[in-house]
Amino acid sequence: MVVPSLAPCMDSKNWGAEMAQKKTGLVSLEEGGFAIFLVLLAFACIIIAGKTFDQVMAFHAGLGALLAAVSVFLIFKNYFDDGGEPIPAEIDGKPNYNMGPVKFGTIAAMFWGLAGFTVGLVIALQLAWPALNFDLPWTNFGRLRPLHTSAVIFAFGGNVLLATSMYVVQRTCRVRMPGKILPWFVILGYNVFILIAGTGYLLGVTQSKEYAEPEWYADLWLTIVWVMYLFLFLGTLWKRKEPHIYVANWFYLAFIVTIAMLHITNNLTIPVSIYSTKSYIVWSGVQDAMVQWWYGHNAVGFFLTAGFLAIMYYFIPKQADRPVYSYRLSIVHFWALIFIYIWAGPHHLHYTALPQWASTLGATFSIILWMPSWGGMINGLMTLSGAWDKLRTDPVLRMMVVSVAFYGMSTFEGPLMSLRSVNSLSHYTDWTIGHVHSGALGWVGYISFGAIYCLVPWLWNKRGLYSLKLVNWHFWLSTLGIVLYITAMWVSGIMQGLMWRAYDSLGFLEYSFVETVEAMHPFYIIRALGGALFVVGAVIMAYNLWMTVRHGEAEEADTTPVGSLAPAE
Amino acid sequence: MSAWKKHEIFEKNSFVLLVGILVAVAVGGLVEIAPLFYLKSTIEKTEGMRPYTPLELAGRDIYIREGCYLCHSQMIRPMRDELERYGHFSLAAESMYDHPFQWGSKRTGPDLARVGGKYSDDWHVEHLVNPRSLVPASIMPGYPFLAENRVNARDIKAHLSANAIVGVPYTEEQIENAASDLLGQAMPDSDAAYDFEERWPSAKVRDFDGNPREVTEMDALVAYLQVLGTMVDFSIYDDAANAR
Repeated sequence: MVVPSLAPCMDSKNWGAEMAQKKTGLVSLEEGGFAIFLVLLAFACIIIAGKTFDQVMAFHAGLGALLAAVSVFLIFKNYFDDGGEPIPAEIDGKPNYNMGPVKFGTIAAMFWGLAGFTVGLVIALQLAWPALNFDLPWTNFGRLRPLHTSAVIFAFGGNVLLATSMYVVQRTCRVRMPGKILPWFVILGYNVFILIAGTGYLLGVTQSKEYAEPEWYADLWLTIVWVMYLFLFLGTLWKRKEPHIYVANWFYLAFIVTIAMLHITNNLTIPVSIYSTKSYIVWSGVQDAMVQWWYGHNAVGFFLTAGFLAIMYYFIPKQADRPVYSYRLSIVHFWALIFIYIWAGPHHLHYTALPQWASTLGATFSIILWMPSWGGMINGLMTLSGAWDKLRTDPVLRMMVVSVAFYGMSTFEGPLMSLRSVNSLSHYTDWTIGHVHSGALGWVGYISFGAIYCLVPWLWNKRGLYSLKLVNWHFWLSTLGIVLYITAMWVSGIMQGLMWRAYDSLGFLEYSFVETVEAMHPFYIIRALGGALFVVGAVIMAYNLWMTVRHGEAEEADTTPVGSLAPAE
Repeated sequence: MSAWKKHEIFEKNSFVLLVGILVAVAVGGLVEIAPLFYLKSTIEKTEGMRPYTPLELAGRDIYIREGCYLCHSQMIRPMRDELERYGHFSLAAESMYDHPFQWGSKRTGPDLARVGGKYSDDWHVEHLVNPRSLVPASIMPGYPFLAENRVNARDIKAHLSANAIVGVPYTEEQIENAASDLLGQAMPDSDAAYDFEERWPSAKVRDFDGNPREVTEMDALVAYLQVLGTMVDFSIYDDAANAR
């Protein structure tokens, strides 16, 4: 445990008649430590809010002060409510799992997912009909696009990862995660980061590094939260009752550690002042481009792949009721995946001012990456051996299996696009956008939906989902949406790439730039339609989950809680 | 089998697993990033490159704030069609003062690496206020509010200082007079403009937004757009010496 509790040592003290009724302990080191940190933070925020001329900084610092103060209040309220009693790690010999933060993360994921998908639909419509930008600062494409990407990747995906990792690591270690405040600090702190980042984008605060847009103070806050997350995760592993660390946890750990390394390196920055939202990155030009895409591609590799592979390794065997297909394959593909992925970044920089050896090296590793990627796909799909019939009856499992199929497809397309000759056509076009969405909607989206569909009945002790029929509707609507999305982007991207390089018979460029923009209009409409179907699917899902929690049939008391998996051998 | 058995050390010891992961993920980045700080082609100095003036820097910050980089690249690749459409391919040196870089990854609109001097100031102002008045099929958002917002000159000095810390060679004089230079560059015939020209001999002084009453965000953004890709003079640039 990170912070040892001092609570029990004060039990015998008598604090007067009223207090004597409760067992009173001193505030634990953990509670005290967080309270002091948050009080100091609140003061710092108040000073910054008072002294800054930057309106956004004043807003964010004010928000920070308010949230820190409320958190301190809650820590003490909680302390006085339970009299400083430590929460039992076990009840009747069974681990007393801490599922509160997991529930919060699950709800937050659904909320941010709906928000992020909707903003995505809005910006897709803006590209088809530019009048929808309304010519206002807060509604233009340039500010909404990072809102969309961050909301879906970091808010939706991030909450799914946090919630599932807290669930999986507790279950597979058969132990309650450490700390009383720590898990809540991680999940709430992360969502505060989302709030600061998102409102910042709308108000024009961005450092313009794709998928790393939040400014220095949000980055700093995320660093604190992330280090706490690492401690929470490791702390649970340290307490584990199982001799082996389950394979899903290797992936979660790789995701947490690597994201920390990437985040810190890519965001090294010098603020204009502590009263200003603006900062300047220490890297410039070529070096910055390389660091950015080393970060950017590994945000895909470790946030959107390693983390979600961990979900695959827990939830698919669980839902299919089959052990993981091959233990050895999981070892090989784990180490190969994390070693190779990190090299792939410079394939984003073919033909640029980055030296050719670097981008070629990136492309080479992208090709090699094919194997560990498909190793993961095979391990996920083959887990269904002997249970394929469940695809007909269990739409949740079907969603997760299709997700792995999308993973296989987009990790096939990716290496292809990393080749210099293909990239010279695809780069700068919508093909890239289509590729990203086959991974994001198909792989990350579906595996997350599947995990949430599993988690909600488990967490709220329901026998099952409110309606499998609605899951079916969600599945088919959003699959249709994804297909429309990807095919529209393939056509518009390849078409635009070809139009840019088309020459007429006299040797002049055949098309002006704006003619290529005009040609994409119909495909932008098809893409928006695909996106709309995906949003509708997510709304159906949210309704289904709401009904499950509110009106679902309670699980019978005597059923044993879902245990951990059989060893992966 | 014994080899598989040995993997147990990772599975049974979270610290060993952690170290193993760190080693595995550190290699690629080190090999690809570290050399870029000493290879000649990535740190070359090219004649003509200068730091952005305070007004251009303010314009660049607006470019970033409005997310222009999401639809416009600033990196011309060495291919026939791009050279004809946009001009000479981009050099590493041309973004050496860009913290962070603005190469972009998507061309929903055209590349802007050499947009400087291609269109008049008036064209840019009109185009930014209402893109479809000049390019009917454009899907770019309008930015009329830029012409109404006065540019923020209050802490521009601190902006230059922060850039100096990360390695942009601003002189002390340039940093000291940043606020006056910010306004001077957009107010021709003023005393501030005269001083500005002393300190920034190769920069252009113009009333970029055509509104002489105040220096707006439009002034700043247009000043930035008009300097893009114009610093290196390609009529005297030696391609062979810097072949990549």
